Amino acid sequence: MNLQINGEPVAIEISLVSVKTLLSARNVEMPDMVSVQLNGEFVSRPDFETTLLKEGDSVDFLYFMGGGRALSLFPKFIEGK
Amino acid sequence: MYNYSDEELSRYSRNILLKEVGFAGQQALLEAKILIIGAGGLGSPAALYLAAAGVGTIGIADADAVDISNLQRQIIHFTEDIGIQKVDSAKDKMGRINPGVKINTYHQFVSSANINSIIKGYDFIIDGTDNFPAKFLINDACVLAGIPFSHGGILRFDGQTLTIAPWKTACYRCVFASPPPKNLVPTCSQAGILGAVAGILGTIQATEALKFILKTGTLLTDTLLVYNAKSMDFRKVGVKRNPKCPICGENPSITALFDEEQPVCDLAKR
Repeated sequence: MNLQINGEPVAIEISLVSVKTLLSARNVEMPDMVSVQLNGEFVSRPDFETTLLKEGDSVDFLYFMGGGRALSLFPKFIEGK
Repeated sequence: MYNYSDEELSRYSRNILLKEVGFAGQQALLEAKILIIGAGGLGSPAALYLAAAGVGTIGIADADAVDISNLQRQIIHFTEDIGIQKVDSAKDKMGRINPGVKINTYHQFVSSANINSIIKGYDFIIDGTDNFPAKFLINDACVLAGIPFSHGGILRFDGQTLTIAPWKTACYRCVFASPPPKNLVPTCSQAGILGAVAGILGTIQATEALKFILKTGTLLTDTLLVYNAKSMDFRKVGVKRNPKCPICGENPSITALFDEEQPVCDLAKR
């Protein structure tokens, strides 16, 4: 199955693929840090498992990005406490 | 028509020479009020360029003091500023670049309790904060108040930015409904940011603010600009208002401001 992922053409060997499967197949380590757009429409997080992809679909993975504070998740780490 | 002094004509000549700016555009900049929330990696270049361009009133909000670890990317602060308040350091530099600019400082972290009083009266806001609760709060406050703003995020060699015209174009929550879950434990090796990447993103945010005031060009509305410094790719991802958006969607669940919780890395699992 041929998909467009983040603007790049990608061939996927399996045919029945959910958004969730695709995230793990693409080695997205932290799916909770990703917002997914399928053909220009956002997929709600609870629907990742049940939303299946089809030939020619365009998928965008949009990542949470904080600021300069190192992922913004590690104030303790960064502040050395 | 504004009566330019000789000094202003010289100072702003390269702006005024642009047909998209001219005398009227420079006057619009001199009369504009732009608020920068966060005097850090994104806010530093934004503050310097906005002051240099002659934005008449610039607000800067930050509760932190300058730390030596900031200097790698927060270019408005110098080594001798270590220990002083970031807003004071930023005000000093902006005033030295352009003494004609009025600078309002807000020495506080934005919260649901104070943000409305801080953002009130500004034409455009730049989100230069470094944490998700602040980013969501700024979105919510700007959407509810109808003030356009620029979102910016940076991580390692990556950055992204989106300009939001509330109720007209996609907001931050249209793209990211809520902050990443608490107790999410990514590896801490993923932390870090190349200073120049922050500079690029903050400068893009300042450019968006100037374009908005000048009413020229095409804003990054409904368009998430995603940047990767390693490949030097700039990718525009079209986004649109999300009917399920919790704040500007069809059935909004957020009608009043609140503070999201800050996810914290569990160091024991690192």
